[in-house]
Amino acid sequence: MLNKNIYLILIFSFIFAISFWIGFNVNLLPAEASINAPIYDELFKILFIIGLIIFIGMTIAVIYSLFKFRKKNDQIGDGIALEGNLSLEIVWTIIPSIIVLLIGLYSYNIYDRMGGMKELNHNHEMMSSNTEKIWAGISQTSDNEIAINNLPIEVSAMQFAFLFNYPKGNFISGELHVPVDQKISMKMESKDVIHAFWVPEFRIKQDIIPGQPTILNFTPTKVGKYPIICAELCGPYHGGMRASIIVEEESDYNEWFNKNKKPEVNL
Amino acid sequence: MTISIDPQKTNNESLQPKGWLRYFSFSLDHKVIGIQYLVCGFLFYLIGGTLASAIRIELASPMSDFMPRDVYNQVLTLHGTIMIFLWIVPVVNGAFGNYLIPFYVGARDMAFPRLNAVAFWLIPPSGLMLVASYFVEGAAQAGWTAYPPLSITTPQSGQIIWILSVLLLGGSSIFGGINFIATIIKLRRPGLKLMQLPMYCWAMLGTSLLVVLSTPVLAGTLILLSFDIIANTGFFNPVLGGNVVVYQHLFWFYSHPAVYIMVLPAFGLVSEILPVHARKPLFGYTTMVFSIMGIVVLGLVVWAHHMFTSGTPPWMRLFFTIATAFIAVPTGIKFFNWVATLWGGRISINSAMLFSCGFIINFVFGGITGVALAQVPFDIHVHDTYFVVAHFHYIVYGGTVFIIFSSIYHWFPKVTGKMLNEKFGILHFIITFIGFNLCFAPQHWLGLNGMPRRVAEYDPQFQFVNQISSLGALLMAISTIPFLINVFLSVRNGKDAGDNPWNALTPEWLTSSPPPVENWEGEAPLVEEPYGYGKEISEQK
Repeated sequence: MLNKNIYLILIFSFIFAISFWIGFNVNLLPAEASINAPIYDELFKILFIIGLIIFIGMTIAVIYSLFKFRKKNDQIGDGIALEGNLSLEIVWTIIPSIIVLLIGLYSYNIYDRMGGMKELNHNHEMMSSNTEKIWAGISQTSDNEIAINNLPIEVSAMQFAFLFNYPKGNFISGELHVPVDQKISMKMESKDVIHAFWVPEFRIKQDIIPGQPTILNFTPTKVGKYPIICAELCGPYHGGMRASIIVEEESDYNEWFNKNKKPEVNL
Repeated sequence: MTISIDPQKTNNESLQPKGWLRYFSFSLDHKVIGIQYLVCGFLFYLIGGTLASAIRIELASPMSDFMPRDVYNQVLTLHGTIMIFLWIVPVVNGAFGNYLIPFYVGARDMAFPRLNAVAFWLIPPSGLMLVASYFVEGAAQAGWTAYPPLSITTPQSGQIIWILSVLLLGGSSIFGGINFIATIIKLRRPGLKLMQLPMYCWAMLGTSLLVVLSTPVLAGTLILLSFDIIANTGFFNPVLGGNVVVYQHLFWFYSHPAVYIMVLPAFGLVSEILPVHARKPLFGYTTMVFSIMGIVVLGLVVWAHHMFTSGTPPWMRLFFTIATAFIAVPTGIKFFNWVATLWGGRISINSAMLFSCGFIINFVFGGITGVALAQVPFDIHVHDTYFVVAHFHYIVYGGTVFIIFSSIYHWFPKVTGKMLNEKFGILHFIITFIGFNLCFAPQHWLGLNGMPRRVAEYDPQFQFVNQISSLGALLMAISTIPFLINVFLSVRNGKDAGDNPWNALTPEWLTSSPPPVENWEGEAPLVEEPYGYGKEISEQK
């Protein structure tokens, strides 16, 4: 019996060790380029390790059973008439419940750190009226912070392009330029069908819905050019509906902004 | 006239065709209807598989170069719709349910044989209509989810035919569900208690409750959508003040339970197969029953996890995260119980067993990614990407389709009286298992790194991984060849199976193979212990 337990402990430590090793050494994710990304990757790593432990454990159990309890040629009759084991069944009800609950609470914490639990249904300067209801994607900032920021960007999506309107500069761009390390707030609306705004390096995604503006806030942390991908089937050219987000130093951004800025025209 | 449950009165034998022709007739025999479901479903599986191959050929290169872009969208829409509504749902429910449930409850037929035949005969015309819509003005191209406003703005005829077809298939599904509930509750042989029923009955009871509760919601939603398309109403059309997100709520209120409509029967079937080939009782019968019912209840309150990026209030995201993740608990219990069923058995390693074990491994993998996807912050990055595509193929193909094959190997001797060839069967399993994992495992990485789903073209950096995936798809296509050869050879000159080649204890094996029209000569046997392996009862055999 003691021997059996030692084997069991050895197997479990092996499974844990290999899962942790893979979890920490195998990177399945793209570059991290926003405040959200490291938080996301932390959650991913934890889920990856827990998943590996369960998957490797179950696979070993199945394959081991197939070999160990294979019917030998000289055997007749059935296996043991074991119909259940209440304490064992209680154990594998309660342990997964606890794991699932902990994962749920932990991901709630992650989501809160990403700013997802903040209500955005207050009015601020981007909204056309106080009663307009806006659905929020992930938000990392309060409304007041956005209000002092001069970067409200209006995103319109249509088959099969994104347009980025900079109301402060009175111009529209096909590329999204943003300064690094600043909180960006975007109000997004679709002109035709549902689209989605996805930047894999930022780990954010928000549907762009016709007739229902949505808000997406994020803070880029790394200078560079990243793809903006439409992630909701929007028609024949859906796969080609892409744009670029260019994260640049504030001075470069200001230069670009001032170059494109148009004077207000009052007709 | 009154509905009779005695097939001798309803099945006027002199009018019924004999031999293989009866499979093309309006037969009222539950066994004939079961086989009709299975063969019809398999033919649509071949069509859906051809479409899947076309998708993988297109995705072998980053450019959209194999077929026109709108045709690609039609192909992916038809692939999803056919595989769900014409292959998996009719086969795991209709085919095996019809064949097995009357045996399991000790009845001579289903409760409503005519309704049963109607339910089946709705399927071929609606399926053919769906496929034929391609030749009208192009098939539907808004995906199997048919989200408005895309489904309102794409060519109307294809979308309307799609709606009609899904409505008919949903009707068929509801008829079947009502029939299963009535049969399991009311047609049980005297003396047979609910807690003595084989597990597949419980799975079908749970599934049928989901069908009856949620399919009407889909039907209503699609009728409203068709009004938007043909009568210019504005339920979901934002131009007319409609709300597109309401459609998503209504759609997923059916379509998430639809996942359980596809996997719960598979859970039931594997619970029948494992004890027979492991020569051990099913581990934890009672917890199995309660976990099925737990999945049914939880399955109804998790639909919004498909909409985490659609714009839902934070509290709602949180609720659906926790509810969804908790489905892992009853599901996990079932998997632990199956492994415990294998533990200490006398396992015969045959095709049925291998496919069942393949199912356990694949489904555990799909379940783990499922718990991850339930977490809002996790889902926001990978929603609508190839990660999700990989996840649900692990559930419905690696899970349910593996069990369909396992079941075919297990019950083929029952239906035909002939054995399937084991060498072909094991070859079929090996190619399917390798091909499947080669096809779908790499797609997780694609999704995490930036490849959205439903695209005909993609970033060239993903080409190599997509080609691995396409190679896996090729293996999956090849894997049907040994299976088909096996079935055709074995039907003609397979080894004689005898009545009970597996020495199984469930009631369908306690009659001749193939069974007589009324299932048993004489009275149905009372099977109080369908899993009594290793006890005296089986020693006598």
